[in-house]
Amino acid sequence: MIPLSWYLIFSAALFCIGLYGVLARRNAIAILLGIEVMLNATIINLVAFWRYRNPEPMHGQAFAVMVFAVAAAEVAVGLALIISIYRRRNTVVADDIDIMKW
Amino acid sequence: MTIEKIIFLVIAAVTLGAAVMVVTARKLIHSALWLILALFGVAVVYGLLDAGFLAVAQVVIYIGAIAILFIFAVMLTRRVMNDTDSQNNQYWWVAAPLSVLLFGGLTWMLSSWQGFSTELPKLTPEAKSGMLKQLGQVLVSPDGYVLPFELASILLVAALIGAIWVAWDRK
Repeated sequence: MIPLSWYLIFSAALFCIGLYGVLARRNAIAILLGIEVMLNATIINLVAFWRYRNPEPMHGQAFAVMVFAVAAAEVAVGLALIISIYRRRNTVVADDIDIMKW
Repeated sequence: MTIEKIIFLVIAAVTLGAAVMVVTARKLIHSALWLILALFGVAVVYGLLDAGFLAVAQVVIYIGAIAILFIFAVMLTRRVMNDTDSQNNQYWWVAAPLSVLLFGGLTWMLSSWQGFSTELPKLTPEAKSGMLKQLGQVLVSPDGYVLPFELASILLVAALIGAIWVAWDRK
């Protein structure tokens, strides 16, 4: 049987890899890809805690379903913003998107 | 070393390797394709955790919708960024040790928690087979999560309409 610690370390590693992608990449779409990896790591955590701590009621899985819905909404709006910026400014580099910088 | 541990280790290695390729691949389309492999690995992990519904939802929503959306977005915007240019910003050398440091910190913090090596609670076969029905009931019953569930649907519809409006070409 796999102990809980394996899942927690796995999801921590996945989260940190995603964080590196968010911090290091120039392309805004690549940053969103990193955010997807981080979100997946958090959902693994939710499901692992549900299974190991309190598996009989389904609250943990219901929580994970909500996170799925929020992740789908996030990626749709994020990619729409990137495409809109691409149309107007012809760039997807996060450093060049500074119109709201004061 | 049981068979489950071996499966978990193989899947974890594949998923982490694919995730590293997602954040380091030079061509963005390759990043998106590696993301599909990483998402498949995560789906298998849900399966190992007895969350069959989430494993299927992962394949349908993440791989079927989100990853394809990413591939379309990459194809729509690919002319602007040359694949031969550096894909990292000037601070990437800070980001790498910061991520490693965060991983070390998280592992240290978790290992000092007494529930860290909790063993898997045994479930009867009836409990396992009734899980899907229970999840469906808890999501739509007034005692359960019907309100958050409906809110999530409204959020999703609003976000998709907003995405269409934002990305609309008004010229």
